[in-house]
Amino acid sequence: MALEEHGPRIHSWLITRVGPDRADDVFQETMLAALAVWEKAKVESVRAWLFTIAGNKAIDEIRRDGRRPLPEGEVDEWPSPETAEYLEDPVWDEVRVLPEKQRLAVTLRFRGDLTHRQIAQAMEISEAAARRNVFEGLKRLRERIGDE
Amino acid sequence: MSEIENRLAGPSVPGWEALRGEFLDRAGSEDLIDLAYERHETPFGTLLVVAGDGGIVRIGLDAEAEEEVLDDLARRVSSRIARTGRDSVTVARQQLDRYFAGELRDFELTLDWQLTRGFRREVLRETAAIPYGATASYAQMAERAGSPRAVRAAGSALATNPLPIVIPCHRVLRSDGSVGSYGGGSPMKAALLAMERDRAG
Repeated sequence: MALEEHGPRIHSWLITRVGPDRADDVFQETMLAALAVWEKAKVESVRAWLFTIAGNKAIDEIRRDGRRPLPEGEVDEWPSPETAEYLEDPVWDEVRVLPEKQRLAVTLRFRGDLTHRQIAQAMEISEAAARRNVFEGLKRLRERIGDE
Repeated sequence: MSEIENRLAGPSVPGWEALRGEFLDRAGSEDLIDLAYERHETPFGTLLVVAGDGGIVRIGLDAEAEEEVLDDLARRVSSRIARTGRDSVTVARQQLDRYFAGELRDFELTLDWQLTRGFRREVLRETAAIPYGATASYAQMAERAGSPRAVRAAGSALATNPLPIVIPCHRVLRSDGSVGSYGGGSPMKAALLAMERDRAG
């Protein structure tokens, strides 16, 4: 079932969007919404489709919670650092300041385990753009923290 | 994968099982799960017990690949399938335990027959009426289902029984008395028949 197959990755990715405290709720909303309109045949990739829903639910959640202090700069949809207990790794400090599209593409690729094609569907961009955003994002992370 | 890529992927998040359970409870109470299944350990390996609103719809034998059984159900019944508890599944599992322990002769379960229709369904209905400890031949089943000459069709009805054990296709033998084939393997069929013969005394 989709839950076993995609659930852990979606939940894990949602943590990077709304932080661990609220990821559980957003995850539940995502999967309930998906089940309510479940039509497996109509989408090319169930995984990409679920991540699209998850992304929308995450944005809803962030908008609902306007009081929460936001990180500086262009970052507008990111958990406040103090809630990110599973994101202690300093690599996330660098992810947080990536341009929005690169940040999304990189987290969808590695945290969500999506293919470039699925990222393209989830973000509603071209596959080439998905590939480029993953590559540029990763390159920037490598420059910032170094990687063997 | 490079180090950064691994760091982005992890760490794995604790509490997934709890979250999964909570979600399934909610989905269940909002009627969003059409089919619930559980795995059930038996002396003959792991069975899959699947139920919908209409009752037990499918029992998968150990010899069947779980993924194939679930994919087939997704295509033919509903893809809203989840491994989660449901009363009808619990009751079926209790009865299966008692059956394999030789304590239960007749299953009392609500069955959903939607995976079989037409002549095949007739054959299986007649099969369900074969008493514990008794057997019948493929030819007899064809006759009881109303088409005495459709012996091969009766054979394929039994070979595609969606509810083995509870619809006792293992009680149908070749006309020469040999055990014949079985979805769970001939040794399982022979063992079930031997157990039933013993218990039926």
